Amino acid sequence: MGSTGENRLLTVLIENRQKLVDDWIEEQSALKVWQNGLIGRAELTEQCTEFVQLLSGTLNSDYSADFKTAAWDALRDFLRDIVASRLEQGFTPMAIATFVLSFKQPLFENLRRAYGEDAGALVETIWSSTALIDKLALWTTEVFQLEREAVITRQQQEMLELSTPVVQLWRGILALPLVGTLDSSRTQEVMESLLQQIVETSAQFVIIDITGVPTVDTQVAQYLLKTVAAARLMGTECIISGIRPQIAQTIIHLGLDLSSVTTKAVLADAFAVALARSNLKICPASDHG
Amino acid sequence: MDEGGLAERIPILRMGEFLLVTIQVDMHDRLAIRLQEELTQRISATRAKGVLIDITALDIVDSFIGRILGNIAQLSRVLDAQTVVVGMQPAVAITLVELGLPLPGIRTALNLERGIALLHAALGTSPPAESRHDRRGE
Repeated sequence: MGSTGENRLLTVLIENRQKLVDDWIEEQSALKVWQNGLIGRAELTEQCTEFVQLLSGTLNSDYSADFKTAAWDALRDFLRDIVASRLEQGFTPMAIATFVLSFKQPLFENLRRAYGEDAGALVETIWSSTALIDKLALWTTEVFQLEREAVITRQQQEMLELSTPVVQLWRGILALPLVGTLDSSRTQEVMESLLQQIVETSAQFVIIDITGVPTVDTQVAQYLLKTVAAARLMGTECIISGIRPQIAQTIIHLGLDLSSVTTKAVLADAFAVALARSNLKICPASDHG
Repeated sequence: MDEGGLAERIPILRMGEFLLVTIQVDMHDRLAIRLQEELTQRISATRAKGVLIDITALDIVDSFIGRILGNIAQLSRVLDAQTVVVGMQPAVAITLVELGLPLPGIRTALNLERGIALLHAALGTSPPAESRHDRRGE
């Protein structure tokens, strides 16, 4: 149990539970934070009821003002779920925090009704309640931030994996179509996954297609050449295709030596070279009889 | 294992007109030099036309070992034998490239089978029947 302020708050929470929830829902309807109908009234009633229950549960147990203690676990988890679902529905952080903050008005109204006679007790109780609710609202904002960051990190990772696929064109011939801007960390990842794939598929030719790469800087060009050299050390020949005119100019301007690498204008030409060197050819189906 | 370093040696096997070296221990500098010496002697003694160095089991390569591999290739070329390094692991390849040792002039192949085919192609000799069949895709 906390101080007298929290005790009075707990009493009001328990005695006026239903009224609090009803008033709170009215308050939120008036605020129109959920006007777009993303949350049904039934769902909101459920959430509000649970919030009030958890809040009184927290105050009733070995309450401590320290938000990190175990007593707050249930309430913290509940708010985290609320934030996660609201975030998915496209609520702004303000609208999410308002869910908690809008509880003040009905709560204070009920506190006034209970302790209106005793100004001192009323002020004390309102102060501890407002501190409490602010803390919960700040927590929702923090969770919002964390959830957002987690989404961004996951998307970054997914994009990185998506954008560097190694595909097998034929037995022993791999293609690595590069799309988007290459930076050092991405190029490194590409290099490692490519070499791993060479081992797994025992490829003799790799076509690195850079049609989808808008610009190449010195570092990236160096990485590409390193990849080619490393693949050669493993016994695989690399063919680079799809070099745009601007990139070709950059490469020459930078003074990079591509003389040891076969380059072709388009992926199809590179594939033809790889087939020819593997002693294979493509012929019309009718020729096969 | 390392009893004075004398007991440790890398076996050099003869395979027709080729020599096969399979490195299955982590190479240290003395062992590498010793391999280089023994291999040179064996090439001239057996009149081998090709050398296959299998480093599939090698996880770590430093700049010294990289240079020794390059030396072996050059030495054997002088002695009229072609060298093919086979089975280099991705991590080893990355390390060598990062060290600035892309081993120019060394032939490489993914595995022993390809290495043998490569040597035959380089020497203009006919590979064994089975791999010839494989190459023509008949």
